[in-house]
Amino acid sequence: MQTTLYAVMFYVAAAIFAGGLGLRVWQYAKTPVPLKIPTTPAPITQAGATFRVLREVVVFESLFKSNKWIWLFGWIFHIALALVLVRHLRYFTQPVWTPVALAQPLGIYAGFAMVGALFALWVRRVAISRMRYISDAFDHLILLLLLAIGATGLGMKFIAPTDIVALKGFFLGLMAFDWQPLPADPLLLSHLALVALLMVVFPFTKLLHAPGVFFSPSRNQADDARERRYAPRPLTSKA
Amino acid sequence: MERIEAQDLGESPLHPDPLEIPALAYGAMAKSKPYPASVAHQTALGFPGELVENWQEKAVAKLGELVRNNRALRFYLDGCVRCGACTDKCHYFLGTGDPNNMPVARQNLMRRVYRRYFTFSGRIAPSLVGAEDLTREVLDEWYTYFHQCSQCRRCSVYCPFGIDTAEISMAAREIMDTIGMGQKYCNEIIGKVFKIGNNLGLPPKALKATLAGLEEEIEEDTGVPVRLPLDEAGADILLVTPSADFFASPHMEGLIGYAKVLHESGVSWTFSSHASEAANFGMFIGSRENMQKVAQRIADAARDLKVKRIVFGECGHAWRVGYNFLDTLAGPFDFLDRRYPVPQHICEFTYDLIQQGTLRLDKSKNDHIRLTFHDSCNVARASRMGDMPGGQFEIPRAILRACCNHYYDMDPDTIREATLCCGGGGGLLTDELMDLRTKGASPRMKALREVADEHGVTHMAAICAICKAQFSKVLPKFGFDMEAIVSVHQMVSNAIVLTGSKQDEEANEADEEAGSVPAVAAQAETAEPAQAANAQEEA
Repeated sequence: MQTTLYAVMFYVAAAIFAGGLGLRVWQYAKTPVPLKIPTTPAPITQAGATFRVLREVVVFESLFKSNKWIWLFGWIFHIALALVLVRHLRYFTQPVWTPVALAQPLGIYAGFAMVGALFALWVRRVAISRMRYISDAFDHLILLLLLAIGATGLGMKFIAPTDIVALKGFFLGLMAFDWQPLPADPLLLSHLALVALLMVVFPFTKLLHAPGVFFSPSRNQADDARERRYAPRPLTSKA
Repeated sequence: MERIEAQDLGESPLHPDPLEIPALAYGAMAKSKPYPASVAHQTALGFPGELVENWQEKAVAKLGELVRNNRALRFYLDGCVRCGACTDKCHYFLGTGDPNNMPVARQNLMRRVYRRYFTFSGRIAPSLVGAEDLTREVLDEWYTYFHQCSQCRRCSVYCPFGIDTAEISMAAREIMDTIGMGQKYCNEIIGKVFKIGNNLGLPPKALKATLAGLEEEIEEDTGVPVRLPLDEAGADILLVTPSADFFASPHMEGLIGYAKVLHESGVSWTFSSHASEAANFGMFIGSRENMQKVAQRIADAARDLKVKRIVFGECGHAWRVGYNFLDTLAGPFDFLDRRYPVPQHICEFTYDLIQQGTLRLDKSKNDHIRLTFHDSCNVARASRMGDMPGGQFEIPRAILRACCNHYYDMDPDTIREATLCCGGGGGLLTDELMDLRTKGASPRMKALREVADEHGVTHMAAICAICKAQFSKVLPKFGFDMEAIVSVHQMVSNAIVLTGSKQDEEANEADEEAGSVPAVAAQAETAEPAQAANAQEEA
């Protein structure tokens, strides 16, 4: 019963996630950039500008300039999330790739770091009056969703382990369109349902910052307006 | 009147930290509004004279059009995660405590409407994601708070995604103009540019007389017939400068500085009565059409006068438009001499001459001045000078150090890319917004107070007509002299020793008597950081 339900749920969630995200990326890519607007001082070559975007993505350069606490918690959360995702690749690959196997032990520490950083971010959001003022309901809910995903995941590792072999069978089966039974542990089912929910809301919310950061003209444009004439495509449509 | 108030305020000590975060003061600036544009101001720019009947529908449609045609706007509205990094970065927030002056909150005024009409989540679950209908109350809030943004881009430096509130406030003003809800100050000025040629409405005849008066003044001071030519076809350089340079102080002193430098360079140059204005308020109101039309005048003037180069005077947003947009809007400039950057900043021009050792600068002429420099936001964060990133910070400082013996920077968190707006930029330099302007200037004034107390700084130089006008007004409110604001080229003007001038002869006589060189010819190494560090230590 839960096998069919979750199999269908994940197909739908994956379709919405990939389709929705693809659509938004396509939309960003085709939207014109009418003028040169890099925030200066900016790199004067395109390679330099690309490196600037990479620094934003990998070390959160601007956020570091701005506020060390947000940087610390935000950066820890994102790096930990990346490690946790890498760790989870073992449920989708057979045989497990060597780098994934090597990163395996790190994933556990990352799980704790992720939950801790999320909690710290949420405390900031609640405790600081400026943060409360700018927060919408969703800003709180998304943190709680991620916290719940992290907590249920850690719960399965340390409190109520699930049948990991069967779980892997379920996901490998999903990918091969050959459904295998999913264990009916409540922690696992909650964890998976929350992850599916995250995938579904991703393309419709502020989580779009993830693909969008690569499209930010103030960061990805080279400061070369006098060296190379900037003459973008004309405006596409009038209302 | 202002001066008296100033002295009272001057006695109460300012807080030493220019970036101190205020407590939230809800609605503190809710009543601040610029005067609305009249029917005549609106229609001259091609906008409806007053609020159209179906304004909501039209505004939403315009928002959609802008989002479809501007990737920056689209991503900036989508991508904000409310991390809070920008919340304490706006000078208007620091000065007023009004939470809607936090950049993210200002953006949210538009973001909520965008979500409601253009996103799936906002259509189905508005309250969950903070989506909101465009009601009359929301529109009034737009008018209030998008006229409390000087488009200075300080927030965009600190945003992890580079979200630039300036782009959003420009879009908001464009939408409001489109439905007949324009702002008087900007739109009236743009109308004057179209009708007369400059922001001040100075007709060519008056301009000619002003320039003649300045020529006389310079000759009286120096004995050298320095020319300020107007509409002289065939000159090498077209100088485009903010029209405030023709009559306001300290702008005019800067203009005299440009004229002296250009004279000394030996290159022929001219002003244009057709493009007697560098400023382009079309940018402030986010109107591509108007910005294009204003920019086109400069290209037309350059063509008509058959010049080889275009040089811009000291003006912040004009330099942004000139440096980043001019070629896109009014180019290509194939008819100019491409060995020189198009356009060039007067500071680049002067700096090159200093590097070559062509200018003779007597620093001691500025010994009565202990100087600091205010980086103007559009120069600092929206353009460049020279070949290297950050040249916009180094070149003006190198010029100033070559012109005076006592130079000190303000708090590093308030200069260069972190510079604080003067409080009057972005089309807010109008009397009815004086309260906002004063409060917005307070972080900069605190930083100035610090260097005044620590290093005895007496003057602050700027390279923007708006900064200069704004500071002349607000300095007295913070206990400073209104003449404490100077032009960069005013410092050059004071120090420059024109060839064959009275000062030149005096110096030569002194040379012969003493057998030494008292007038310091500016050397290339004045730009070196080591020299700069020495200058700091000398204090």
